Amino acid sequence: MKGIQVFDPALCCSTGVCGTDVDQSLVNFAADVDWAKQNGIVIERFNLAKEPLSFAENPVVKCFLEEAGHEALPLILVDGKVIVAGRYPNRSELARWAGYTPPSESKGCSGKCCC
Amino acid sequence: MLLLKCITMTMKFLDCPPRFLFFTGKGGVGKTSIACSSAIDLTAAGRRVLLVSTDPASNVGQVFGISIGSQITPILTVPGLFALEIDPQDAAAQYRERIVGPVRGLLPQSVLSTIEEQLSGACTTEIAAFDEFTSLLTDQALYADYDHIVFDTAPTGHTIRMLQLPGAWSGFLEEAKGDASCLGPLAGLAKQRSKYKEAVEALCDPMRTRMILVSRAQQTALREVARTFGELMAIGIPQQYLVINGLLASSESSADALAAAITSREQAAMSGMPELLKALPTDRIPLKAFNMVGLEALRHLLSETDAQYPASVNKPVILNAPALSLLVDDIAADGHGLVMFMGKGGVGKTTLAAALAIELAHRGLPVHLSTSDPAAHLIETVTDTLENLLVSRIDPQVETERYRREVLDSKGAQLDGEGRALLEEDLRSPCTEEIAVFQAFSRIIGEADRKFVVMDTAPTGHTLLLLDATGAYHREFTRQAGRNALYNVTPMMQMQDRKQTKVLIVTLAETTPVLEAATLQEDLRRASIEPWAWIINNSVAAAVTSSPLLRERAMNELAEIDAVAQQHASRYAVVPLLKEEPVGDRALRSLIYANDGG
Repeated sequence: MKGIQVFDPALCCSTGVCGTDVDQSLVNFAADVDWAKQNGIVIERFNLAKEPLSFAENPVVKCFLEEAGHEALPLILVDGKVIVAGRYPNRSELARWAGYTPPSESKGCSGKCCC
Repeated sequence: MLLLKCITMTMKFLDCPPRFLFFTGKGGVGKTSIACSSAIDLTAAGRRVLLVSTDPASNVGQVFGISIGSQITPILTVPGLFALEIDPQDAAAQYRERIVGPVRGLLPQSVLSTIEEQLSGACTTEIAAFDEFTSLLTDQALYADYDHIVFDTAPTGHTIRMLQLPGAWSGFLEEAKGDASCLGPLAGLAKQRSKYKEAVEALCDPMRTRMILVSRAQQTALREVARTFGELMAIGIPQQYLVINGLLASSESSADALAAAITSREQAAMSGMPELLKALPTDRIPLKAFNMVGLEALRHLLSETDAQYPASVNKPVILNAPALSLLVDDIAADGHGLVMFMGKGGVGKTTLAAALAIELAHRGLPVHLSTSDPAAHLIETVTDTLENLLVSRIDPQVETERYRREVLDSKGAQLDGEGRALLEEDLRSPCTEEIAVFQAFSRIIGEADRKFVVMDTAPTGHTLLLLDATGAYHREFTRQAGRNALYNVTPMMQMQDRKQTKVLIVTLAETTPVLEAATLQEDLRRASIEPWAWIINNSVAAAVTSSPLLRERAMNELAEIDAVAQQHASRYAVVPLLKEEPVGDRALRSLIYANDGG
């Protein structure tokens, strides 16, 4: 299974309650990450405001920040390669990228997600 | 654990004291003075005491005539007393440096700036200061060295709750990756999880810790203290004491109208005190004529002594300072614009905003007054008669509650128990209220291009920077601005524009409030907002009094007024302490002209 790394912008809190409007995509993503972990997907999140060293030490991320700026975050890497930037992926994308095949009974998956 | 033998002290809050004494209350109520005096009195009773000051304006060193700083220093003039000064801003700066330092030069400057801004909020400062406390609360060696540790400040309920939240810990200190805003700072801190747990246990143990709430006898101050009390109670800190500081002796009021008015106002505040507080063991400390500097003064603060007045108080204090009317003329000349009164609670922002709005309306100008004071009764009598004055209210508690419920119901719907607990705690952070109020606020300020919008509240520079940089707001606005650049500015851009916006900083002529106002100004400058003027409110020096006590206080104000005029403000005005709270058209307008020609 492939490892997913998520490089978040400098968030006061990753629930996003500090914005003028709470970003639903952040709240959803937090739940999706939780789901992914429960299903054995290897996924890590890095908040720019808390662990900037993780950004600086990764050449791909460092280069991305220099070229596109922190405004272009989040950045999602799969096995070290850029796969998406500027938006958070959904649950099915996480599953696909990680090479995770959900059980046919679609355990832990609501009807609306396409697994 | 060593158990201390009980000692009897005159003041209830010092009677049979536990190991840790925390003084809490808003700036300017005299926490540091009372903490110093308590420490001195405990040493006089034979105890060894460590005094810890976190006041950024700490004058503990000055009080004892030595420099203290961040090392435990013996106070030679008071055997058995040791002191330590923690600068919370400094602690926060060190914390920021621990995060940002390693990547300086590695990441672009703009990236570093956003990180630093994220770590410049009140939460970071508070948690960093708490981190400094932790070892004092848990270090067993200190137990042997000192009988008591006296803190001139206390962590807020929010900070303690964050530290108590088990879900927060499992997310944070174990993986250093988590989801709650105020735990962010913790992730970068060196101390161990178990130490925090121990520290919180010590705080919640009445055998070890006593919280002493300090207030002045003022309605707003007491309301705030009642809130703090409830918060601390809710997290399991039952042992709390109340100290009412600076009460004007009724003997002063016989000869002087101003003193009489203050006395009756204080008595009214005391009898109208929230019931919760009335049940607490309470001490009253009378206003002293002497300034709380120097060992002698502090030795007498907590004891009944006859006041000795210096000769100067026989003469009235002469103050040459501009009246508010001069500022009002400049504001009126613009014809429209956003005018925001900023400052800590209790300095009189609502009253001043109401006075300005009424005055502008009387001059025939269109005005929208927006107040966040839920008890804004000041203007109720006025609005019917002035057609060009519109009054609206932003109730911070209502706005915050609505925002919380909205977020929990909509965005929190899918979360599990632990995730929901974290989101709920995030929503109880002080930032949340600011954001909720900001939303209400940004609905109104657009009107300022055609009329005056006068507000008694405003977001801090930190909030603006965060929202402007990371919020959906900015993206939304910049997207629209591309199409229609003339008509779209963010609230922050509007506040930065000096042609459109005047920020007035309100403070009192006392050391801590002036310093807090200066900090606020720095915060605004970080967001490229330059305050237009300062207003020193409730000044005794600008009032007329023959009371020796009040004259002494007036004398002490002069240095503070001078500091505002010389160091902080580009323009300023002084508003005198009035005999009665100004309510209604005439009284409020007279505020503008009070001190004129004085």
